[in-house]
Amino acid sequence: MTQDAAIQTSGLAPAEASRPVSVWRALLSRPLAFVSAAVLLIVVLVAILAPWIAPFGANQADLIHAFEGPQAGHPLGFDSAGRDVLSRLIYGAQNTIGGAGIALLVALVIGVPTGLVAGYYGRWFDSVSNWMTNLVMSLPAMIILLASRAVLGPTVWVLMVVLGFLVSPSFFRLVRGAVAGVRGELYVDAARVSGLSDARIIARHVLTVVRAPVIIQVALVGGIAIGLQAGLEFIGIGSGNIPTWGAMLNEAFTNFYRAPLLLLWPGLALGLTSAALVLLAAGIRDALDDRGREPRAPGRARRRAMAAQRAAERAELPVEGRGGLLSIRGLRVAYRQGEGDDVEVVHGVDLDVERGQIVGLVGESGSGKSQTAFSALGIIPTDGYVRSGSILVTDREVVDAASDDARRARRALGYVPQEPMSNLDPSFTIGSQLTEPLRVGGGMSRAAARRTVLDLLRAVEIADPERVYRSYPHEISGGMAQRVLIAGALSTDPSLIIADEPTTALDVTVQAEVLGILRRLRDERGVGVLIVTHNLGVIADLCDRVCVMSDGRIVETGETTQVLTAPRHPYTQRLVASVPDETVTRAPWRDPLLIEEAS
Amino acid sequence: MLGFLIRRLASSIALLLVTALLTFVLLSIPNQDVGRQLLGMQATQQAIDAKNAELGLDRPILVQFFDWLTHALQGDFGRSWFSSENVATAIGNRLPVTLSLMIGVTLVTAVFGYLLGVWAGTRRGRVDTFVQVFSVAGYALPGFLVTIVIVIVFAVKLGWFPAIGYTPITTSFTGWLSTITLPVISLSLAAVAGVAQQVRSSVIEVSRSDYIRTLTTRGLPRRRILFRHVLRNASAPALTVLGLQFVGLLGGAVIVEQIFGLPGIGSMTIKYTSQGDIPIIMGLVMLTAIGVVIINLLVDLAIGALLPKARVS
Repeated sequence: MTQDAAIQTSGLAPAEASRPVSVWRALLSRPLAFVSAAVLLIVVLVAILAPWIAPFGANQADLIHAFEGPQAGHPLGFDSAGRDVLSRLIYGAQNTIGGAGIALLVALVIGVPTGLVAGYYGRWFDSVSNWMTNLVMSLPAMIILLASRAVLGPTVWVLMVVLGFLVSPSFFRLVRGAVAGVRGELYVDAARVSGLSDARIIARHVLTVVRAPVIIQVALVGGIAIGLQAGLEFIGIGSGNIPTWGAMLNEAFTNFYRAPLLLLWPGLALGLTSAALVLLAAGIRDALDDRGREPRAPGRARRRAMAAQRAAERAELPVEGRGGLLSIRGLRVAYRQGEGDDVEVVHGVDLDVERGQIVGLVGESGSGKSQTAFSALGIIPTDGYVRSGSILVTDREVVDAASDDARRARRALGYVPQEPMSNLDPSFTIGSQLTEPLRVGGGMSRAAARRTVLDLLRAVEIADPERVYRSYPHEISGGMAQRVLIAGALSTDPSLIIADEPTTALDVTVQAEVLGILRRLRDERGVGVLIVTHNLGVIADLCDRVCVMSDGRIVETGETTQVLTAPRHPYTQRLVASVPDETVTRAPWRDPLLIEEAS
Repeated sequence: MLGFLIRRLASSIALLLVTALLTFVLLSIPNQDVGRQLLGMQATQQAIDAKNAELGLDRPILVQFFDWLTHALQGDFGRSWFSSENVATAIGNRLPVTLSLMIGVTLVTAVFGYLLGVWAGTRRGRVDTFVQVFSVAGYALPGFLVTIVIVIVFAVKLGWFPAIGYTPITTSFTGWLSTITLPVISLSLAAVAGVAQQVRSSVIEVSRSDYIRTLTTRGLPRRRILFRHVLRNASAPALTVLGLQFVGLLGGAVIVEQIFGLPGIGSMTIKYTSQGDIPIIMGLVMLTAIGVVIINLLVDLAIGALLPKARVS
């Protein structure tokens, strides 16, 4: 079993020396993969040992016994020509596995080296081989196989060589892609700089990367080759006397009414081998991806009990001091794991945003600040959930609320995401996706929605709103997209805008403009803003109040100037100290437009 | 869009020409003694030479190819060497059978693959597990083995459908339907599995995407987001897989037509390739290659219509 050794030594990156062993272990711990590997091992052993373990010759016929059932010395009985079924099955394994082996060998010999060269060196060889690959892949394989049979004669072995040629592009593409991906990696560059020859680099760094995917592909292509070969034999295209599972199926199918059981054995052998190859490939892939069990959501009864408990806890919460646009008390957010206990990422957060207030939620990545914002917006990723606590959006509870009620309450929230480009639906024009909530949720006519959206686009300082309205997301710049997203957040006429790192992905100049827009919206429309950021400069520029988050808790909260100039909590002190002085202490940024308007 | 179309068409034509040339040359190399095959062992060398000259086989292969090409471009694919049938007519007579299969399978695959994939991708849980197992099974078992089981169960044991034969749709619609049902099911299973798997994973991926998350914060109903935004964006990869399945189907059709005794392109291929009848084989190869080119073009156009971004590149 060569695959075992290969898997053992195949790491994904050279740095992870401990990985291969655990991959192998992960593979064996999957029952399906283990059984598949065992089945393949047996089939391969049978194929190799065929001449020694087969009780009779494959074509040793005795017509007297034709169609006789199982009996002493012939556990599977005889076929239509009085040949021993078990022996034919054993020799069939040899020819079936051998044929698939030839196809695989040809495909590997053609596909892997060309893929390596094309991926590593690129240039003209890459273009030419790519074009040839497309050519071969667009040929109907079966027709070519049959046509080549006319030319090359009816031997399975030759057909398998042709098949290997036809499937070689799948290896080429795989290897080329993997190598092209790794070529730019730092450790390959380092190896090149340190003077290793290309051949050594390919052997040491590049081959280790492609080994695992190639093994998976070998199993899949092996399955296809076995199926196709048997299929050809079955419809009578093959080399007459050689015993193969396909030929046995053919013979059994013609004699189905006389001896239906004859169909069972070759069918079983073929089905099991083919399925084992595919399942093993799936198993290796899952083990490499380290794909554990998917987390399972608790059943309905359990969910009801948890919700009831949360409701009871909420009833205990004091009411004073709550109100405003957003009021969060004792929020805990947890994530379900594939195995083991859920992991809590937010441990009891309290947060308030008043009308017309800009509040900053600051902390490092992983501090739970985005999870807090997502909980308010109702967009926690699939496996996360609010474990306990209360979230009031304009005085309406959204935790455990019926989804329609929660959705209505959350219309008071507008969300400005972090990455501008990935947050616009690429299939619809800006105008179409901005008017949709107005028409569907707000009941506006098409024309009214269009006017409103154009006004919004103007409000976020887009110079040519008509053009942007007609554009698709890929036709506008990142800064423009972020303005569009702010306009989108405003389209439901929210009283609170929740902005999750709204400037991180933007150029510095565009950052200042976007912050200016947020400030003006507060000044002109009186909306509240909750801005999630790791950037103290943004906080200093924009926020009235700031909440500092660390490790799932709010460690300090207060007026912005007070927190930034006299931080009390050690974490805040470290945070402030780590920022270059001028960023925090410089005068708050002023919107040029506002200054102009004021003067 | 127009530039994209022109480029695609140009590369498709180049592809067809190269395919034609390669096939023709490869087929011609070992076929130097067609005259003897046709006239038998007793024929005189003179008669054989005359026959070869009549078929144009005494000329260099490339000359033969250009001769074939110029005729083919005018729609004349020549005559079979062995039965002297007109190639275009012979193929045309059998095309409806295979087209019935192809269209049936594509419809079944598109509808059921899509439904199953969306169902699994949105509901997850038990439904998802079922679709996953079905997909692996569809991929893991050789198609003809599944076909054998279907024939034995539904035609032989239950007798619901004929095991063999074909009724043209022009003769009897119900007859046509009963002869085409089992072949279509046989060919569809693996294709449905493949498409369902692809639709499932792209539905899951798109559902988790940033823009869907942002859309949900704008108060749109979940159902609307699913049908308008998730499905549209998840459709492009599904269409690609559907196109690939179609190309693969041409191969599957050969075996299925043979098993069910359908007089289509597949069984025709088996019959004529074993004789080395070049005019017919060339006709078949070109027909399938053109079919593949058209399907790929349609898939690209559909993706371009669905995803404006795809029109740029």
